Amino acid sequence: MSASPVKEVIVGLGSCGIASGARKTWNALERALGSTGAKANLGITGCVGMCYLEPLVEVVHEDGSRFLYRKVNEKRAEQIVTEHVCGGKPVQKLVVDLGAEGSEDHAYMAKQRRIVLRNCGGIDPEDIEDYIAVGGYRAIRRSIEEGPEWVVSEIKASGLRGRGGAGFPTGTKWDLARRSAGTPKYVVCNADEGDPGAFMDRSTIEGDPHSVLEGMMICGFTVGATEGIIYCRAEYPLALKRLRIAIEQATGRGLLDAPLTPDGFSFHVKVKEGAGAFVCGEETALMQSVMGQRGMPKFRPPYPAQAGLWGKPTNINNVETFANVPWIIIEGAKAFASLGTEKSKGSKVFALAGRIKRGGLVEVPMGITIGEIVNDVGGGTVGKGRRLKAVQMGGPSGGCIPDSLFDTRIDYDEVTRTGAIMGSGGLVVMDDTSCMVDIARFFLDFTQKESCGKCTFCRIGTKRMLEILTRICDGEGRMEDIDLLQDLAYRIKTTSLCGLGQTAPNPVLTTIKYFRAEYETHIRDHKCLAGRCSRLTTFHITGECPGCMACLKACPTKCITGKKKEVHVIDQGKCIKCGVCRDVCKYDTVAVV
Amino acid sequence: MDVISTVDRIIEKHGTGADRTIGILQEIQTTFRYLPLEALERVCDKTEITPSQIYGVATFYAQFRMDPVGEHIIRVCHGTACHVSGAKNLTEALEEHLEVKDGGNTRDMKYTLESVACLGCCSLAPCMMVDEETHGKLDRGRVVETIDEHRRTIQTGEET
Repeated sequence: MSASPVKEVIVGLGSCGIASGARKTWNALERALGSTGAKANLGITGCVGMCYLEPLVEVVHEDGSRFLYRKVNEKRAEQIVTEHVCGGKPVQKLVVDLGAEGSEDHAYMAKQRRIVLRNCGGIDPEDIEDYIAVGGYRAIRRSIEEGPEWVVSEIKASGLRGRGGAGFPTGTKWDLARRSAGTPKYVVCNADEGDPGAFMDRSTIEGDPHSVLEGMMICGFTVGATEGIIYCRAEYPLALKRLRIAIEQATGRGLLDAPLTPDGFSFHVKVKEGAGAFVCGEETALMQSVMGQRGMPKFRPPYPAQAGLWGKPTNINNVETFANVPWIIIEGAKAFASLGTEKSKGSKVFALAGRIKRGGLVEVPMGITIGEIVNDVGGGTVGKGRRLKAVQMGGPSGGCIPDSLFDTRIDYDEVTRTGAIMGSGGLVVMDDTSCMVDIARFFLDFTQKESCGKCTFCRIGTKRMLEILTRICDGEGRMEDIDLLQDLAYRIKTTSLCGLGQTAPNPVLTTIKYFRAEYETHIRDHKCLAGRCSRLTTFHITGECPGCMACLKACPTKCITGKKKEVHVIDQGKCIKCGVCRDVCKYDTVAVV
Repeated sequence: MDVISTVDRIIEKHGTGADRTIGILQEIQTTFRYLPLEALERVCDKTEITPSQIYGVATFYAQFRMDPVGEHIIRVCHGTACHVSGAKNLTEALEEHLEVKDGGNTRDMKYTLESVACLGCCSLAPCMMVDEETHGKLDRGRVVETIDEHRRTIQTGEET
């Protein structure tokens, strides 16, 4: 029994929460609070990162004690209001206890170090007062007091590198833009998170938009830019909404569009919605898009710092990079640089997804191993009998790192040595139901569609690679195809202008490097042992089948027969190889032969 | 809705420079749900944007469509996490259930079925978006149930 009354009930309303039904939860809480006449406020917050427990609800008492509830559906919402808010007795079995060692949720949080996500899930992202209450907008004041040179040296000393993926030192970039002549100067925030399998920037903006704004302001003050542009995907309606609210509130508070220094420095921010082109994540293409053109990359030099938007000096960083900045300014470069490895400092946010038990948004110190993220934080793979196979890092520009290399540390250079790249933070876990040839084909299908068409090898080469991969997946591959893929990969990498083409072959090269045998099995034996390539797959129910009827009910073509407690049988003539039977089987008795 | 006067209003709001192309197209599409040819011709008449520029931009970005769409858009995510979690099954099930091909409209023009690169809800894979609402952890059965429920909601006019 908590003596202190309940002050507030907070619902996690990020996109993931909403997709899990958080709006229904919100409505149920509103109804229940209304009908019981409870005095508690109903508030919102962004993503706390524990997507596997959504919808999440937090009950906060007047004395500051907090209770976080997991998977709160409408029924549980009512229960929480009746028993906890009104009755003063927390519903213990639903409480997430992050302090309980040995528990899953403790394991999920224990190895994390939250800098970028410091406020996500803790504050109301639609209320600037919440951000200010936790020390927000102190960093811009400190930056102004200390001056631009100090900021540059501090960011340099912190070792912060561009979190968009390429890892260019942020302090050096700012210094170049600062020294560059020309007015006006621009600061661009790249929120065009186009990597399939990545949602770090969306969650950061949805959960803590002001930290991104403040980072941009500090950058503007430092490099001498008065104009800020946030280029955000149109596919992120909630992030866009919260950015606009944040800008409006910051303007109302006199932080934007108003003089911040005695000599009259003021900063203006506007939002540009991307129109859906992966290549616009590349900085020169992004600038073309901001200027209303097709997003086609340009030759560098000149670099954006010299001649960017409308030919003026422009500094481009990604969302996560900006969100780090206020923390570094307040806590100091030393604190940031104390985390990580020799050349990769601080923390990195990852979107942990795929065949993983505890998926979500995690922020870990640099230097942690891939295995620690997958197994300790994420809890390993899902499903009985499944075996971890690889993680895909860096999206279409990255590669698949096999489980034998899970002791690789999170470090720009160490990850690059595996053939993948750090990338922006997508970390998709794959198990033995993921076919590596199919994954390579998946990414080439993506890059082939997204290639802007400017460079011949990128435009046509990726298409040829896709054709070859498709025929391998269809069982019509030839042994010499593997060499042909590697040859094409080399040519595309060396003759493309921008990062898209230079990295597009990486998923193919890494899967050939680490999973060559799988390619050979497809070509030589016409078999896909992961059960993904439908023409090379035969599902078979083994003799250990206990006859639970789950697969029989789930099968979309009703091609499984059998009685309860008898071994079921698949009618191969009618089977469409969708694999649903294997997904629902709790006894691991659906095999690929 | 009169196309010409609507487009004129949009141009007045955005300006006539070539750097306004994307913003103008986005608003035209929000208004008409696609880019009518007549609207594009009007933009070229009234602004500095040339037909080749506007066509170039309209066909470059995935967001823009040149053909009418259904009242509600179903976007099935085919990002990496959804791909390894069976996104193909969702599209297949919807194609069958709605009697529509991926990328097409249902006969009653209520729904358009699309495949998209990534919705950024990877931890709830496989997922889809119906208009602006995201649904996660779907399978063949649940995806059909979700659409049926949506259809019932719009039929009773209770959509919020």
